[in-house]
Formats: sequence, C-alpha cells, structure tokens
Amino acid sequence: MSLALDTPASPVAAMRPRALRAFLRNPAGVISLGFLLVLFAMALAAPTLYPEDPLSMVARPFLWPGQNPAYPLGTDSLGRDVAAGVVWGARISLLVGFSAMALGVTLGLVVGSLAGYFGGRVDDVLVKVIEIFQTPPNFVLLVVLVAIAQPSVSTVIFAIAAVTWPTTARLMRAEFRALRSKDFVVAARGLGYGHARIIVREILPNALPPLIVTSSVLVATAILMESALSFLGLSDPNVVSWGSMIGAGRELLRTAWFLSAVPGVAIVLTVLALNLLGDALNDALNPRVSGAR
Amino acid sequence: MKAGPVDASSPLLDVRDLTIAFGDTVRVRDLSFSVREAETVAIVGESGSGKSLTGLALMRLLPRSARIAGGAMAFMGRDLAVIDEPELRRLRGREIAMIFQEPMTSLNPVLTIGAQIAEVVTLHEGLSRSAARRRAIELLDRVRVPDPARRVDDYPHRLSGGMRQRVMIAMAVACGPRLLIADEPTTALDVTIQAQVLDLLDGLRRDLSMGLILVTHDLGVVGQWADRVVVMYAGTKVEEAPPGPVFADPRHPYTAGLLAASPRVGGGRSYRSGPLPEIPGNIASAVDEAGCSFAPRCPHAIASCRLARPPLVRVGEDRVAACPVVNVAEPAP
Repeated sequence: MSLALDTPASPVAAMRPRALRAFLRNPAGVISLGFLLVLFAMALAAPTLYPEDPLSMVARPFLWPGQNPAYPLGTDSLGRDVAAGVVWGARISLLVGFSAMALGVTLGLVVGSLAGYFGGRVDDVLVKVIEIFQTPPNFVLLVVLVAIAQPSVSTVIFAIAAVTWPTTARLMRAEFRALRSKDFVVAARGLGYGHARIIVREILPNALPPLIVTSSVLVATAILMESALSFLGLSDPNVVSWGSMIGAGRELLRTAWFLSAVPGVAIVLTVLALNLLGDALNDALNPRVSGAR
Repeated sequence: MKAGPVDASSPLLDVRDLTIAFGDTVRVRDLSFSVREAETVAIVGESGSGKSLTGLALMRLLPRSARIAGGAMAFMGRDLAVIDEPELRRLRGREIAMIFQEPMTSLNPVLTIGAQIAEVVTLHEGLSRSAARRRAIELLDRVRVPDPARRVDDYPHRLSGGMRQRVMIAMAVACGPRLLIADEPTTALDVTIQAQVLDLLDGLRRDLSMGLILVTHDLGVVGQWADRVVVMYAGTKVEEAPPGPVFADPRHPYTAGLLAASPRVGGGRSYRSGPLPEIPGNIASAVDEAGCSFAPRCPHAIASCRLARPPLVRVGEDRVAACPVVNVAEPAP
C-alpha cells in the first residue's frame, strides 16, 4: 500500500507544515521523542555495548551503583550486570511494545473500519466480537492466554495484541461511523467508487490522526503489560526484560532496592515518554486544539 | 463513443411515476419527466418539495432510510431504479454524475484536488499516474481554474467556494457523462460567482452534449439557463413548461405564488412598496393530504380540490399543469 508513504496525498503530508510546527513548539513532545530515539539507539547497539550475555555472571554480587566504575548500575544477587540487563531489556520492551501495537492496531483497524463503515448487521456481529474481548478484565485475559500458550516473546506479543485491539477497533468504528455520511463520501459514491476504494482512499486518511495518537499510548500499555507478565514470571525465561529484573529483585527490596528501582525507572521514563509523545501528537494533529485548519 | 445510438426522438432519461418513500411516508409521488440530450431541465420547488431527493434517487444515493417505492428511471437502455450495485458503479461517474450543494464539504479535506480528480480518471479510464495527473491539470483548465499546473497540488482548504465547486464540476465531467445532475450547485456561492459557475455548466453541457438536471429554488437561474422547468410541490409535479411561458403565464396557483414571492431586479419593486407577497402556510401541512397537496395554501381552492388529487393536464404547447380550477377558469388560448 503506497498510501501513507510516497504520495503527496498522505494526510500526514497534508498537515505537515502546520502539524510539524505545532509539534516542535511542544517541549514535552520533543524531549520525549528524543528520549525514545536514544532508547532505540541503545537497544540496537546492545550487542556492541554489552557483547556478553546479560544473564551471565560477570562480577561480585550486590555491587551497588557507582561502587565499581565498570558496572555503573551495580550487579544483582548472582553477579549479573544491571546496566547490561537494562540495555538488553530495552530490546525486549520495545520489540514487544511496538510489535503488539502493530498487530493490535492492524486488527482493530480492520474490524473497526468494517463495522463503522457498513453498519447494520456487520456492525452488530463485529461489536459483539469486540465485547467478548472486552468483558474479561484485560490482565486476567492476558495471563490466561499466556498460560495456555508456551511463554515466549512471540506468544506474549500475540496475547497483548489480543487484549488491546478492541481499543483501536472501537475508536476506528466511531471514526468511520462519523465519516461515512460526510458529503465527500457521498460524492465519492456518486463517482462510482467501490467500498474498498472509499474505505482506504477516502475515509482512512481522515481517520489517521486519532489512530496515530492511540498507537503511541498502546505501545506504552504493551510495555507495561509485558513488564507485569515477566514480573510474574509468565514471560520468556530465557531473555532479560525490565519486568523480570524487577521480579528477581523484589525479594531483596529491603537490602538492595536498586535492583528493582533501576529497571523500574526505565519503565517509568519510557512509558511517560510515550504518553507525552501521544499528547503532543494529539495536540499537533488535532485542528481543534492547534488552531484553525 | 461510449454512448449507444441515441434516437433523437427518444429521451436520454425518462422518469416514469417515480415514488420515493421514507418508511410509509411518501415524499415524492408519481413523478414523471424526461431529459433529452444536451437539454437543461430545471427542477424547482421550495425546501421539502422532494427536488433534491429526486436527484439523489437518480444516482441511487438516497439516505438509508429512504427507498424507491415505485416507478422507473430509463437511462441509456437501463432502468436506474433496479440495476444492481456493480452496474451502478460502472454508470456513476462515467455516464451519470452529480454535483452537490456544498462545495466546502464535498471534497476530501486531506487529499489534494489533483489527487481527487486523478482518482476518477484512474478508476474509470485506467490511466497511469502521470497521465491521470496531466488529465487533472487539463480538467482544471477546462473548468477555468487559474494556474492549474500549480493549483493541482493544493488542498481544498486553500480554495474558495467557487473554485471548489469548479473542482467538483471537473470531477463530475472528467469522464464525459451523458447526464449531469446539479443539486443546487450555486446556492452556497456568492451571487457574482453563481453566474460564472452556471455559465461553465452550460458550456460543458453544450460541448459534451450532455443532459443537465438543474435542481434549484432560484427562479432567476431557471429563467436564464433552463430549457424546461418542472415545478414540484410536496413531492408532486404541479407544472411543467418552458421557462418563458411559465414566467409569463403560470398555470398553477403554486407556480404563480412562487413567482409573486420572488423579487425581480428591474421589476419596479423596492422595500418601500411593502412586503413581498408570500404563500401562506407551509409545505408540511401538505403531507398526506388526500386531494391536491397545495389546497390548504391555495387562494383558488374549491371543495373538490380536497377530495381527489387533480391530474396533470395539457394546458398548451409543450406544457402541463395540475390545476383544473385555474385552467377551467382561464382556458388555454
């Protein structure tokens, strides 16, 4: 689909000058974006920064941060490097966060747009399906899904996507419902456009701004869910993640609190950055907030 | 040539007894009219008369709650009332097109006007992207958008209402339709722009020899641009005639009232000569009336008007009207 990237017709391009200016005026958004880019770079460079397996024992256990310059964030009860864990953990968090979001948003977009555009019986059926996924508490459903499947990074991604897609589906359904009766959609029907063309070319570009905003918040949600799962020991035991580091450090909370605090701060900062980025994008892409179009 | 052999005597579009209903409420009843090639037919009436519904029904773009409850719409050997969705999609935009009242909202706000025009020709004529773009520029030039090569990459919000309506017209005529339906095309525009847009439509009608249905409430537009006028009241046709005779000698009390209620420049009227005459009552009182739907507001109404719907009768050369009272009292010369 060449829709969003290479045509000058992309909605992001349509709003580019105004939206970009609005975005750049927002310090919280710019700082968040910068933080996330650094985090990405760090995650990508992990094999170079810490070629050693982050699960291997490299030094004396319970080195406090700053005690040994070679291990700036200290070591845990087994003598593993906490800094290496944080950097490698970023890979897992970002991988799970973005993959789960991409999967969930795609599914939600397809279901939501079909339900919203066609309405009627299609809508009735799809809304029931959405409700089935929304009825059990999110996290309970997530734990059940992961427990049934073999815990691995990919099953965690699928499970998180399965739990979060209804959010996108409901949002897109509402957008498509509102947009399908707009004059330009009626005009498009009058020009002989089929349903697929109207959904993809006419309505979707108009529904993208809220979708982009939700996506950034969904990444944060997915990261939190993955952390919670690995804290409970329900995630892949063979990889380091921020959640599993907190889980391992929780019994030593009174003697070596930094073991939980360091990855905890990483989660807080990342989730905060994603939420602030979402807010900034919302302000920049929403014409009602950033001034007349 | 996309159009089949068209017999000069057979009309391009022939609407017979069209009935449109919302649930059980009939909003257009037994409407018949026809449009010949290169002919402009104006459908006139006040809000709620069913004139816009008629236009939408021809495109089969009625709102979900409305349906075509009866009648036929013969167009190029097909009945528009019954053809299926794929066939409809082939006709729309290619053989029959429509422009709407609101140019401000009828264009997609996030696509450039060039992309929107190109989309039409890509779909119906399978042009490549660069060819479609060239066509878009040609079409913008044809609808007299200044500096089309630069304008083609503009987004709708950069254009004035008149320019946007020209873009809508460019999209509608992009594939050379046989029939164009213009639903109040100038109502949302400045008076100075109105004439330009109507001139443009009239020129395109001549060049493409397409039939033009002009849905309007503006009698000034009718007098200048229409070949024939269909006056609608509460969903029924009350009079049909060429514009000259209609203005000179209306044969239905509603048409007469409509004309009396329209100010005319040069007619010697000013606000000092008192208020404009108006038609008492409103159109809502006419729904489900057993007899003539205009009877509750009609100065000439007699008892029999309320009993049976008066039929359309020939009242002269090429004209019909649905009022036995007026036409008996003043027989056709």
